Amino acid sequence: MKEDIIKPENLVYKKPTLMNDVPMHYCPGCSHGVVHKLIAEVIEEMQMEEKAIGVSPVGCAVFAYKYIDIDWQEAAHGRAPGLATAIKRLWPDRLVFTYQGDGDLACIGTAETIHALNRGENITIIFINNAIYGMTGGQMAPTTLVGMKTATCPYGRDVALHGYPLKMTEIAAQLEGTAYVTRQSVHTVAAIRKAKKAIRKAFENSMAGKGSNLVEIVSTCNSGWKMSPEKSNKWMEENMFKFYELGDLKDK
Amino acid sequence: MAKIKGATVVDTERCKGCNLCVVACPLDVLELTSKEVNKKGYHFAREVKDDTCIGCAACATVCPDGCISVYKVKE
Repeated sequence: MKEDIIKPENLVYKKPTLMNDVPMHYCPGCSHGVVHKLIAEVIEEMQMEEKAIGVSPVGCAVFAYKYIDIDWQEAAHGRAPGLATAIKRLWPDRLVFTYQGDGDLACIGTAETIHALNRGENITIIFINNAIYGMTGGQMAPTTLVGMKTATCPYGRDVALHGYPLKMTEIAAQLEGTAYVTRQSVHTVAAIRKAKKAIRKAFENSMAGKGSNLVEIVSTCNSGWKMSPEKSNKWMEENMFKFYELGDLKDK
Repeated sequence: MAKIKGATVVDTERCKGCNLCVVACPLDVLELTSKEVNKKGYHFAREVKDDTCIGCAACATVCPDGCISVYKVKE
């Protein structure tokens, strides 16, 4: 029975061919894997395999270059948008994108991010926001929610002591240079499809020379949050989406 | 009405047992093993219900490690 169905002509979904077979180092249930798949699928659909250049950050996604079979450049911590600017200016026909976490983009790389977006560089920034420093052991990030417990704020983020979380995507939407600014998530099948469309649109905008694009993906870090993958998805829906509302913020 | 039949193939060695596919499946076809583990020590996902899968690919879409391939036929 099952053998009759499992034939190459009946295949409806498989791992994108652009993704390498090497096992990913991410924790079980990590959102990074889903976003990697989406990027690989979009590049395949756009037939840009030979012309895509990614800039990988410092953070959990530092090894992104091992997983998607395109050209990659590793940037110093937070400097990915600067490097992407250089690559895009030297190779205007290339699809250039950066892939950054919240520690990389919203903390050490705030200046690079804002200025690259404001200059209207024809690049796409994929911003993975999981409200925590995942790789280094779950410390408080600029995007950590008020009251959220992390390794460095065990009693919860206190506004008087730590200030407010930073909404980078809202800031980016106000900049003249940005063409498309959106916030998506990858917790359900519907959300994943929407996120894929957003990434596709951002990539197309950058190739059409419309300006810079920012796609924020609100993600989970189940190891850092100390929850199971399914519980962290629920927690994200209940807590993160209240503060980080999903949807397009700017579409020029 | 045409009947749609599907089947999944899980790359059990790549699977990390995150359970997201089990939650995503609308027909509860998949389940994690309770005792068996793969080489890395993870309980992996596998089909537990025969002739139930409709090949919607929800499990494969949410799988962060791309372990699942989905096949579908219309009869």
